[in-house]
Amino acid sequence: MSNESNMRRVTAIRNGTVIDHIPAGSALRVLELLNIGQGTSVPVSLVMNVPSKKKGAKDIVKVEDRELTQAELDRLALVAEGASVAIIRAYTVAEKLEITLGDEITDVVRCTFSNCITQNSREPLPHRLRVLSKDPLQIRCHYCGRPQDLNELVQNVI
Amino acid sequence: MTGLITMADLTNEDIVEVLDAAERLLPVARGDAQMPLLSGRILGNLFFEPSTRTRMSFETAMKRLGGDVVNLGDVSTSSVVKGETLFDTIQMVDGYTDIIAMRHPRQGAARYAQDAARVPILNGGDGAGHHPTQTMLDLFTIRQAHGRLDGLDVVLAGDLRYGRTVHSLSHALARFDCRLVLASPELLRMPPEIVEDLRASGASVVETTDLYGSLDGADVVYMTRIQKERFADEDEYIKVAGAYKLHAKHLGEVRQDMIVMHPLPRVDEIHPSVDETRHARYFEQAFNGVVTRMALLCRLLGVDVPGGEA
Repeated sequence: MSNESNMRRVTAIRNGTVIDHIPAGSALRVLELLNIGQGTSVPVSLVMNVPSKKKGAKDIVKVEDRELTQAELDRLALVAEGASVAIIRAYTVAEKLEITLGDEITDVVRCTFSNCITQNSREPLPHRLRVLSKDPLQIRCHYCGRPQDLNELVQNVI
Repeated sequence: MTGLITMADLTNEDIVEVLDAAERLLPVARGDAQMPLLSGRILGNLFFEPSTRTRMSFETAMKRLGGDVVNLGDVSTSSVVKGETLFDTIQMVDGYTDIIAMRHPRQGAARYAQDAARVPILNGGDGAGHHPTQTMLDLFTIRQAHGRLDGLDVVLAGDLRYGRTVHSLSHALARFDCRLVLASPELLRMPPEIVEDLRASGASVVETTDLYGSLDGADVVYMTRIQKERFADEDEYIKVAGAYKLHAKHLGEVRQDMIVMHPLPRVDEIHPSVDETRHARYFEQAFNGVVTRMALLCRLLGVDVPGGEA
């Protein structure tokens, strides 16, 4: 199926952000990491498991009337590394951005280990996780050194 | 300045240098010579968890070198009980002292403190995490007995899951190409990520529940206490308490120069009959805590110990 027909599943947006090539099945986590939920008033479209030439299947998220910042997009690296982002203004692509996973994830999620020093929410230093390997994804807490399970980690969004 | 949080903070060359400096400091540690290398310096002892040997040996080490010590005191009467964060406590002590030794019940606390502090932090135990200064005294004791650290056969036994001393020690021994036998009850096996790290570094690691069958051929047998305080559920503790009780009768066939070590305190995992054998080293090991901590204090404070090669 062509890219055009994928895009036709949801209408083109006038202004806002399109996140394309999200790994299939991860769109809901993307919304969670962007804190898009009940309190969000702008229109949000979500497409899951559509065919993709590059990946076989993918998800797409469109957020209208909101331009996501690079800092917000960096939060997505845990679940949507490699996704492509387009900032749309007046129906045209004004900027293209990428989501890349760096060596460290800072203040996005909290360590999952119950006895880590960072469990005290009043401790002021940033939550830091080190990315040891991207494929397979291996993440450890900078402080306690415990390996992190991605499924548990995304429940700990800050 | 960086401190000592895990053994990854020291290279093998650093370790050997610290052990060499410790050897030169032996007469000072025994009180036979004076060397006020740290005169005018202050150590902050921050023990948020009970400690006898580690806290006292840090204090002794600092005082033997002419330095001074301030203590956090009893946690139940300090500002910690009023809800002060570790960050704030460290900010305060950082201003009062030149170096901090700390123990904390939460894992990662020492790394956190180092990120918050200007002065070096010496990790004296963080939850079930690491205890690198114990490892340094363990390595000192092993080198004293065998004349080397490389290529030894070492059995680590007991509570390998929560025992922070064996977490740090296993990392260090693996780097010196020692062959490791990890003997523990199933419930108290070494955390999988540590075994993974040890194997990734090329170490030979065997996991077993059979301690007594592992003694033959060992150069070092390192016993640990099953730590009741680490179990949330007492029934789980009762299942494994007393799993190993090393007795002199188990040592009939072992190598003549094999040494039995223990970070102390022991409960009943080493029977007093072992104390009388040539293999027992745990009391010397406890004494070595002073001399190795003296060498570490000097190193982290940037003070050379005289007598080394120029």
